Amino acid sequence: MLRLAPPATLLIFLAPIVAGLLGTALPAFGWFPALGGHEFGFAVFARLFAQPGLGTSVALTLFTGFLATALSLTLALAFCAAAYGTRGFATAQRFLAPLLATPHAALAIGFAFLVAPSGWIARLISPELSGWTRPPDIATIQDPLGLAFVAGLMLKETPYLLLCLVAAIGQADLARSLATARMLGYGKFTAWAKIAIPRLYPQIRLPVYAVLAFALSNVDVALILVPTNPPSLSVLIVRWISDPHLDLFLPATAAGLLLFALVVVSIGVWRLGEIAIAHLARDWLTNGERGSRGAIRNSTARAMLALLFGLAIAALIALAVWSFTLSWRFPDALPDRWTNANWLREAPSLAAPATTTLFVALCATAIAILLSVLCLENEIRTGKRATKALALLYAPLLIPQVSFLIGAQTLLVRLNLDGGFVALVWAHLLFVLPYVFLALADPWRALDPRYARIAACLGASPLRVFFAVKIPLLLRPLMVAAAIGFAVSAALYLPTLFAGSGRWTSLTTEAVTLASGGDRRVLGVYAFTQAALPLIVYAMALALPAFLYRNRKGMA
Amino acid sequence: MSGLAFRDVTLHVAGKKLLGPLSLDLAPGAVVTIMGPSGSGKSSLLAYLCGTLDRAFAATGSAMLDGTDLTGVAPEKRRIGILFQDDLLFPHLSVAGNLAFAIPANAPDRKVLVDAALAEAELDGYGARDPTTLSGGQRARVSLMRALLAEPRAILLDEPFSKLDADLRGKMREFVFAHIRMRKIPCLMVTHDEADAAAAGGYILRL
Repeated sequence: MLRLAPPATLLIFLAPIVAGLLGTALPAFGWFPALGGHEFGFAVFARLFAQPGLGTSVALTLFTGFLATALSLTLALAFCAAAYGTRGFATAQRFLAPLLATPHAALAIGFAFLVAPSGWIARLISPELSGWTRPPDIATIQDPLGLAFVAGLMLKETPYLLLCLVAAIGQADLARSLATARMLGYGKFTAWAKIAIPRLYPQIRLPVYAVLAFALSNVDVALILVPTNPPSLSVLIVRWISDPHLDLFLPATAAGLLLFALVVVSIGVWRLGEIAIAHLARDWLTNGERGSRGAIRNSTARAMLALLFGLAIAALIALAVWSFTLSWRFPDALPDRWTNANWLREAPSLAAPATTTLFVALCATAIAILLSVLCLENEIRTGKRATKALALLYAPLLIPQVSFLIGAQTLLVRLNLDGGFVALVWAHLLFVLPYVFLALADPWRALDPRYARIAACLGASPLRVFFAVKIPLLLRPLMVAAAIGFAVSAALYLPTLFAGSGRWTSLTTEAVTLASGGDRRVLGVYAFTQAALPLIVYAMALALPAFLYRNRKGMA
Repeated sequence: MSGLAFRDVTLHVAGKKLLGPLSLDLAPGAVVTIMGPSGSGKSSLLAYLCGTLDRAFAATGSAMLDGTDLTGVAPEKRRIGILFQDDLLFPHLSVAGNLAFAIPANAPDRKVLVDAALAEAELDGYGARDPTTLSGGQRARVSLMRALLAEPRAILLDEPFSKLDADLRGKMREFVFAHIRMRKIPCLMVTHDEADAAAAGGYILRL
């Protein structure tokens, strides 16, 4: 039975994605009987390319996607180079988990609360420093270049890449290599660049591609921060799909394929860039230049990361402040009247989306944990690592969500499953499973196999070994994986929208919908709840093993 | 016939012969030491006898314990105990929890058995302790007691003293072999320390 776990997992997982992509591709190439399409051809694409503003949307998508990925990666690498081995590095690590547990949309909304023309930053510097007595007429969010969107993406993607780097550092025996380079006279930063990056980059390559794909195709952060007319391609597609007239449905499917193609080509271009840089750097690696001590560079990298983390934390505080605001005149630094009325008023309507968020996240996480554990146990018992096949788990992170969700939705309608709880959980599982599996795989494989062997030799049956030895020993990574899965699910926007067919609202869909409206006090309540829920779950997940094993130092 | 016996055991890994063919008979109470350099397949032989041999290995030959063929018998049904160089006490259980884990489920008076084992290990009153708070020697004694509480019909030792401090090693050897002789079960040890073999005092097989 256990043997079937990896293929079954991949089937649950990949079949719907492939079917979804096909479901998008068929109408895009003219086959959509429901709307009278019976002939294959490029007519739909012709209609797509005739849409005004499409070129601008594509350019905006590519510009913001590459810029956000390049800046996040550069900052994460530069910070490691500047701070590895210092107390600052350890401090930054402590912030990673809570930042990663916070949904993108909540951070983006809080970020908008900070940097909007009438945002907190403008209020703090007005009127004394800026001279503004009313919000300035500058597009600080939804700016035409999409820079606010880039910054909003960086708030989450930099910590994510940093986390991947920390994991990669743990696997490579870097400390001694770096010490050797330092003894040979290399500056800290240069030693890192010449010794660590070439060894770490291959290990974070897939996460970097995932970041690139996410930045190119994200919808929820984009809805809050990209310019409205024309928006990025992904937002354009969602707008067309949700248009009550079906005119734009077919061009939307073609745009979904275009976005898919853009992501594939972009990853290819990025790969070529990697090869080019590796080629250009070959001589530089061994040219003997030790680099100066680079104090300015080091402190810049550390200051930039501190700024980024500071912005993220300030964004969450801004959400909380607004949720307790009764009135807050423009140039004032703080609300002049506070209230809990926003919370009391919104509590009844918060209950339904909060419950949906909670149950979908719990179900998807539980299934993801079960499948991951079965796959990992199978791997250990058969001694065969299905690494290559399971790399396919990354697929949902590399394929634009909207590209296969359009097709998947029409498929669900056909199967009469759309809007059902099962479809919703399945759609969440697609994104929860890869993160849960990745979080569990290393600790599971790293567990000393002799514990299980000695338990068997003491007469414990395989089931007893599993439940009385392995599960307790791996309780902490299991809980961490569950918390990550929960946070991923709670943050999902598009899958909830599509698989839920608008019948289910989660905290994320509500917050993103409200973000286009005006009332920051209501939005503050929703976005803060959206951010708080995964953080509370995260804290509980860490507290349980800490409490159970409070007298077991060996479990720390 | 009682005791542990194996015939023509050969271990292959990746198509190459690692060990064997090897045949041995261990009467109850006998201690046999196998000596050989690392990588000679000593530990794999023990894993073969336990039934926990990694699938990367191919084994031929047969093993018998107290007259029953062990081929195809699950590790937990073999009743062969093993001690490694690490004590491998379960870090999530207390000292008493580790000992109780090994006692067969149907045994009456589990607590009495645990207390008796603690007393034998000169660790009265240590039951509730976290294993990490014990010294290396104390942990090694608990580990042996845990193995013996499972009522093994044979015991295997995989370089059991190599990680202990030099001054502790002598005492621990005495303790281990005294307890094993008391149980009158066959004991197979693999090591590359001559002093281990001397302390065991039995037949020595050199690979």
